[in-house]
Amino acid sequence: MAKHHVSATVNGDAVEFLCESEQTLLDCLRDELDLTGAKEGCSSGDCGACSVMVDGRLVCSCLVLGVEASGKSIETIEGLSDGEKLHPLQQKFLEHAALQCGICTPGFLVASKALLEKHPNPTETEIRYWLAGNLCRCTGYDKIIRAVIDAAAEMRGA
Amino acid sequence: MQERVKKDPEREFRVVGTRPIRPDGADKVTGRAKFGADFKMAGQLVGKVLRSPHAHARIKGIDVSKAAVLPGVKAIVTRDDFKDQGSEFVPAGEMLVNYRDVVRNVLAREKALFEGHPIAAVAATSEKIAREALRLIKVDYEVLPHVLDAVEAMKPDAPVLHEDMITAGVTPPPTKASNVAKRIEFVMGDIQKGFKDADVIVEREFNTKPVHQGYIEPHAVVASVSEDGSAEVWVTTQGHWIVRAHCARLLGWDISKIRVTASEIGGGFGGKTVVYLEPLALALSKKARKPVKMVMNREEVFRASGPTSGANIWVKIGAKKDGRIVAGEAILKYQAGAFQGSPVQPGCMCAFAPYDLENVKVVGYDVVTNRPKVAAYRAPGGPISEYAVESVVDEIAEQLGLDPIEMRLKNAAKEGTKAAYGPKFGPIGLVEGLEAAKGSPHWNAPLGKNQGRGIAAGFWFNIGGETTVSLQLNEDGTLSLMAGTPDVGGLRASLSMMAAEELGVDVAKVRPIIADTSSLGYNFLTGGSRSTFSSGMATVEAARAMIKEACVRASKLWEIPLDAVTWEDGKVRPAGDNAGKHEAMDLGDIAKIAGKTGGPIVGYSAITAHGAAPSFGVHIADAEVDPETGKTTITRYTVIQDAGKAVHPAYVEGQFQGGAAQGIGWALNEEYIYDDNGRLENPGFLDYRMPVASDLPMIDTIIVEVPNPRHPYGVRGVGETPIVPPMAAIAAAVKRASGVRFFELPMSPPKILAGMKAVKANGGAKATT
Repeated sequence: MAKHHVSATVNGDAVEFLCESEQTLLDCLRDELDLTGAKEGCSSGDCGACSVMVDGRLVCSCLVLGVEASGKSIETIEGLSDGEKLHPLQQKFLEHAALQCGICTPGFLVASKALLEKHPNPTETEIRYWLAGNLCRCTGYDKIIRAVIDAAAEMRGA
Repeated sequence: MQERVKKDPEREFRVVGTRPIRPDGADKVTGRAKFGADFKMAGQLVGKVLRSPHAHARIKGIDVSKAAVLPGVKAIVTRDDFKDQGSEFVPAGEMLVNYRDVVRNVLAREKALFEGHPIAAVAATSEKIAREALRLIKVDYEVLPHVLDAVEAMKPDAPVLHEDMITAGVTPPPTKASNVAKRIEFVMGDIQKGFKDADVIVEREFNTKPVHQGYIEPHAVVASVSEDGSAEVWVTTQGHWIVRAHCARLLGWDISKIRVTASEIGGGFGGKTVVYLEPLALALSKKARKPVKMVMNREEVFRASGPTSGANIWVKIGAKKDGRIVAGEAILKYQAGAFQGSPVQPGCMCAFAPYDLENVKVVGYDVVTNRPKVAAYRAPGGPISEYAVESVVDEIAEQLGLDPIEMRLKNAAKEGTKAAYGPKFGPIGLVEGLEAAKGSPHWNAPLGKNQGRGIAAGFWFNIGGETTVSLQLNEDGTLSLMAGTPDVGGLRASLSMMAAEELGVDVAKVRPIIADTSSLGYNFLTGGSRSTFSSGMATVEAARAMIKEACVRASKLWEIPLDAVTWEDGKVRPAGDNAGKHEAMDLGDIAKIAGKTGGPIVGYSAITAHGAAPSFGVHIADAEVDPETGKTTITRYTVIQDAGKAVHPAYVEGQFQGGAAQGIGWALNEEYIYDDNGRLENPGFLDYRMPVASDLPMIDTIIVEVPNPRHPYGVRGVGETPIVPPMAAIAAAVKRASGVRFFELPMSPPKILAGMKAVKANGGAKATT
């Protein structure tokens, strides 16, 4: 069967790609668009390493088909920083040493940004439950939670 | 809360001990960092593995004829493509591997020994075609009875995995093959006499389940073999020189022809110290004459890589009324998986290591079972045996009415203590750790309803080993640092800090990379908590070599003798009679004159790092047990551990916290669950439940610093010890919260509920499960 032609917006840029019916959005981002920031940790929606935003909604891109991206606006980790200026979340993750190996980091950052857009002043418990869909095996989450709390404060201008 | 307890008032550091942003950080928060599966080569094929659906089966035939003619299939490899290997053990991390077994683990030969055992591999132009090709391969299996459990596998009528396995370490050697690869024994003093002197003796049997390292990044490799036989490998690994050695050996190629580059590694914890896909990708690429990329999915990771051993442990400890331990005895039976080489030996050596004892006997059995061959997992073997011993120590303290910290202080190993496994300890920080625990806010905080508090100690050896570092002084005075131990959690930050400390430059001036196997001398892998210790030692040596050379260059330029030149505060200065006669030069000035005074300046260190010192830890856990559901929640947690010297304290804390979190998963949730046919039932993150953010509290840390005298900055490895104490600390907390003492991991809700019900049924009598 012929591949599908998909037009979408990724990090503000218009993109086009061809994909098979069964190809996931994650595979399309990684293999067709060379955006490898989103990672495949499980391909079952359990680890959150592939987190992206689709039309403002946080999703596991391994659970979305590539063809479903048609006409949608996708935001990935590659679009998080503003030119040379890191997003406050990125900066705070670095300052708090909130990553060790870093494989889960793109997913955590995308998910944390989604959280702070909805809830600019979350409690520790709210952050922990929001990020419960993102697995990290290195850090024990402590420094990640602290980085998000700190970034939220900075973004609020506190 | 993060605290530090320092024991080194003499040395003042400028960079070491601070918390700069890691040099690889920007790439990791922007998605730019390239992990194993992120690398791509033009024209690459997709490689896939056919795996055994049976736990134990003789392979009577493999027919690839239909798959081979499927359009798009470019190469297929089976057991016939790999030469058999003789029996030879080589070190891999803290464990040994045998090439006779490695070749069989990579591709099954006579038998499939576990569900998921690779049978064949295919390279094709697309993943779809590769999968179709796997379906077309016909394997003729004779299914055999299987055995999963170590105790079952030791029974005389158990199915035997290897018909030629005669138990080593037994005299006279048995005449019949069995599943027991090895018996080992460590004895010190006279345990009979010790137990005779005891006022109280507690004897318990424990069972633990296999748990997976759980790295979020699956195994991934891209291999490209050229027409002249030279090969490039890009792979996620803890040791690319080890990958090179194993592949060269299995394929019969010259080592020099294989160049391995370690990608960024998305977690390893010991699980990426062995080869799975790499030899297959190389063999496929050679046949297909195209690059081949292979990536495991999560199911394959669970079914065919890692985990660590499940085990059966029996422990008996005798103590005097005052808490002094007079004898300790243990028998450990560890599952090795399909091939020998469980971490039972380090398990035996660790069992009683935190204590200064006269009479100890530990016996261990390495038992093969129809499960994936175990791989190293953070302090391999230690968490299992120390969980059992620490649990019995806790029970004795309880019986004697002693505070569990006082009980441990009474017996704690200290400088000069002879460990049961042989050596005498140098300066160690266990007593300091216990004292810090005693004085911590956590230990003295009140508990809520249904809550209990437990404490446990832990030990890990740490290793050194072959290490090479190259430090180049660039034309502008900046520095490029090449190390060869893959960076799993902040190594490059620590190495650039140590170089900056020694050279008196800003840490941002030092740019570190992990070099490939053809660009730098040999490096043993990242394992045994050795990378900051060993590569750090080599970095300091390389920096000192550079300083020496800088002095030589200055003496040439100034035309004064070398001994009239000194290095002070990051500058070469004329000394003695010449003091003040020439302008002092920093490395930037030296870089400018390098060409005319002898050429480029490189500090180089190629060493076998000796003097790795053990690290002791003490963990405090608060558990709340829900009496309705049996669910345990960790409400507060503190890790106290000796780091020798914390180079970058934030990453030391990170090791403490990450190890604790893995231990919490091991204690409460994680386990491999098999069906009656020996097939894994939970090969995914939904059913193999690792801790998520909402499961855990903040994890407080106290860094104890008792310097390691054999490292230039006092560094000890810190990565592994943090996974040792959690299971016993949590078991003790659960006991106090629920009234029930458990002897089996994981302490999952159904078990806890059943245990609490049994206590109730006994009218509150002391019950155990």
